[in-house]
Amino acid sequence: MSNAPVNNGRRRFLTVATSVVGGVGAAGAVVPFIASWNPSAKAKAAGAPVEVNISKLEAGQMLRVEWRGKPVWVVKRTEDMLSGLAEHEDKLRDANSEVEQQPTYAQNRYRSIKPEIFLAVGICTHLGCSPQYLPETFAEQVVGVPSGFMCPCHGSKFDMAGRVFQSVPAPTNLVIPPHKYLDENTILVGDDSGAA
Amino acid sequence: MWKNLLDWVEYRIPMMRVANMHALQYPAPKNMNFWYVFGFIATVVLVNQIVTGIWLTMNYNPSAEGAFASVEYIMRDVDYGWVLRYMHSTGASAFFVVVYLHMFRGMMYGSYQKPRELLWLFGMFIYLALMAEAFMGYLLPWGQMSYWGAQVIISLFGAIPVIGDDLTLWIRGDYVISGATLNRFFALHVIALPLVIVILVFLHIVALHEVGSNNPQGINIKHPKGSLKEDEKTKFKIHEYYTSKYDIIDDVVPFFPHIVLKDLVAFTVFCAAFAYVMFFNPEMGGFFLEPPNFEPANPLKTPEHIAPVWYFTPFYAILRAVPDKLFGVILMFAAIVMLALLPWLDRCKVRSVKYRCGLHKFNLALFVVSFVILGWLGIKPATPTYTLMSQIFSFTYFAFFGLLWLYSKNEKTKPVPARISK
Amino acid sequence: MKKLLITLVALLPGLAIAAGGGFSYPLEKARIDLEDKASLQRGAALFMNYCLGCHQSQYQRYQRTAEDLGIPLDIAKDNLIFSDQKIGEKITNAMPAKDAGKWFGKQPPDLTLVARVRSPDWIYTYLKTFYVDENKTFKVNNAVFKDVGMPHVLQGLQGTQEAEMVYDTVHGEKTLVGMKLTQKEPGTMSVEEYDQAVNDLVNYLEYVGEPSKLDSHKIGTWVLVFLAVFFVFAYLLKKEYWRDVH
Repeated sequence: MSNAPVNNGRRRFLTVATSVVGGVGAAGAVVPFIASWNPSAKAKAAGAPVEVNISKLEAGQMLRVEWRGKPVWVVKRTEDMLSGLAEHEDKLRDANSEVEQQPTYAQNRYRSIKPEIFLAVGICTHLGCSPQYLPETFAEQVVGVPSGFMCPCHGSKFDMAGRVFQSVPAPTNLVIPPHKYLDENTILVGDDSGAA
Repeated sequence: MWKNLLDWVEYRIPMMRVANMHALQYPAPKNMNFWYVFGFIATVVLVNQIVTGIWLTMNYNPSAEGAFASVEYIMRDVDYGWVLRYMHSTGASAFFVVVYLHMFRGMMYGSYQKPRELLWLFGMFIYLALMAEAFMGYLLPWGQMSYWGAQVIISLFGAIPVIGDDLTLWIRGDYVISGATLNRFFALHVIALPLVIVILVFLHIVALHEVGSNNPQGINIKHPKGSLKEDEKTKFKIHEYYTSKYDIIDDVVPFFPHIVLKDLVAFTVFCAAFAYVMFFNPEMGGFFLEPPNFEPANPLKTPEHIAPVWYFTPFYAILRAVPDKLFGVILMFAAIVMLALLPWLDRCKVRSVKYRCGLHKFNLALFVVSFVILGWLGIKPATPTYTLMSQIFSFTYFAFFGLLWLYSKNEKTKPVPARISK
Repeated sequence: MKKLLITLVALLPGLAIAAGGGFSYPLEKARIDLEDKASLQRGAALFMNYCLGCHQSQYQRYQRTAEDLGIPLDIAKDNLIFSDQKIGEKITNAMPAKDAGKWFGKQPPDLTLVARVRSPDWIYTYLKTFYVDENKTFKVNNAVFKDVGMPHVLQGLQGTQEAEMVYDTVHGEKTLVGMKLTQKEPGTMSVEEYDQAVNDLVNYLEYVGEPSKLDSHKIGTWVLVFLAVFFVFAYLLKKEYWRDVH
């Protein structure tokens, strides 16, 4: 060991500087490990917006399409279904769709862009089962309401606008995904940029 | 507050004691030169392999149908997947570069000599485990070289008399290399062998810290208790574990910060070389990633020319030098066993090449030349000339050990100074 | 020892020729420039038009190619995708593997990684050295891929070539030592235009073999610059502490 005086100021500066620069390097080195957990190109391609052609959809009929691995329902509601929506609102948990389960353009009584076309993610907001569409026999579930959706897992019930009834396990209305009309008969599910 | 927390922990596990004993107050010879950084760098590469390996398994698909495509999926579809993959593939080759330099350092400075025999043996076991790890990992991309390289190496076991054929069948789990082989290699590559390597590395370091680091002059820094005057002892604070047994001479520095800072500088240079390869030249002219491996495995078509990855080629050349299958395999394994026996083959009491006779210097140089040329021959096709050369250099490779045993008994060495000079 | 080494090294080239045997057509150098987006775009168009009918690029997605090459997605949809595939899908064709095996003797290989397997220079030379050979199924042979089982798809562009074989007597045996290709009938492109087209295609294949390469060089440069800076600090800090030691 020598007796040369130790320059503490310089030593401290270099220690801090090296640590800071080293820290920046470590942060940079971590980036690939974190970024690799993002959805891959494959997942993104599979989750890309889906085009739905509704030209052949008849009144009362339901069409199921897959978007991001989830069922998306497209139902063409009949006149009766539409007029019925106003009649049971006292039995609903969130009749005015105040909970943000839908884009703003679908925050109306019909929860849709065009009244007759209902489009929703067919996943129960309780625990993720897919409810059944009961166009004619729903009155057995809720007296006075002829059609709606019923979840087979825990009995949650939704009306023809996907609004949840009171005293069922599901807390909120069904989710309406972002979507837009490309033309009269084509809906793009998953992308609403430039629309509404 | 902070002090109380530390005391609370220290009372329950010996955190500071271990840190002091093995880093802050661990005596390291002050003359350790750049050859001494490769142990540290090898540890860094090991960590790199483990971490990137874990991340690769997140997207890799260990099946004959999906393996090749999943590697391309990692290379293209996963964000920064190519970084992770190239870190791993470059790391595999870097590991061997570093380990070979580390081993050569030990040979040059007699680091295997008494009392470091076990330390050397643990090192050899790490080397063996590493070769198995690398071999199994190379099958996983399921390219043509993966497939046929594994085919050739597994066939080596067929050379064993009586059980050979059954043994190769058992290793493959099929009549050819197949998904079954891939799956078991995957399991061993990602779990079993890394565990073995980590445990061996731990033992290697425990053994090192018990006997202490050697140095380029091969001079002891620990002297018998009471043999040194007070002003000859080091002024650095050394842990009492060492000072209670020995007098530590004034030629040491604490491992932390002095040696660690030196390692850090070397580590930076290493990272630069590593980054250059992985970002600008990941194939390294076909040595780190071989072109035929970008073609999916095809059991019906052997590539025109197959060679193992560069780190196996010296032993592959020895194997091919022998015209008999069984004897070739034996000689290849003997080449590694001879290295493990070095502590007992070298009977000289002087460690460092600096103070040893001219013949030893020549012999060591011949060994290095043989190893490098054998490595080069291992990638060449087996023409008569190359085979003859393989035979010549296999001979000189083994001659190193024989000669060493002969002359080291009564070797004329230069006087070793009492103190380390710098 | 040294003398022996020198002798051995001196002998090598001669032996390599004797061992290798036969003539191999010299490879021409492809001019690879991954920054040349226009060339890559032309190459991609050639690939989709001429190669994708039989070969696939099954590890690469259309969208990745479009984004990396700076082609807007709607333009890519109209100009690169000739099937009903979506932009996010992989670049594949609809040819069933079984039929392909029947038509060509074996399934045409996937071309995603061909530049990494064969080298760009090889592909460049290969695509330029088809010559007329009436004995072959597709009436063509190739200078670097002997008895190739593929028709000369770019023949309309290049025209046809004739090969003149040069033989010599080596060790008392008649051996092929050279090959000279000459234009027979012209194609729709001039020789220069064809060279450029093939180079574009090879450039694209080089890109598609390793699409990360562009990012790789950019990130790598930053990493090296960072390490240089870090080295200065680490080195000064090391020196500072080692001043204690003599």
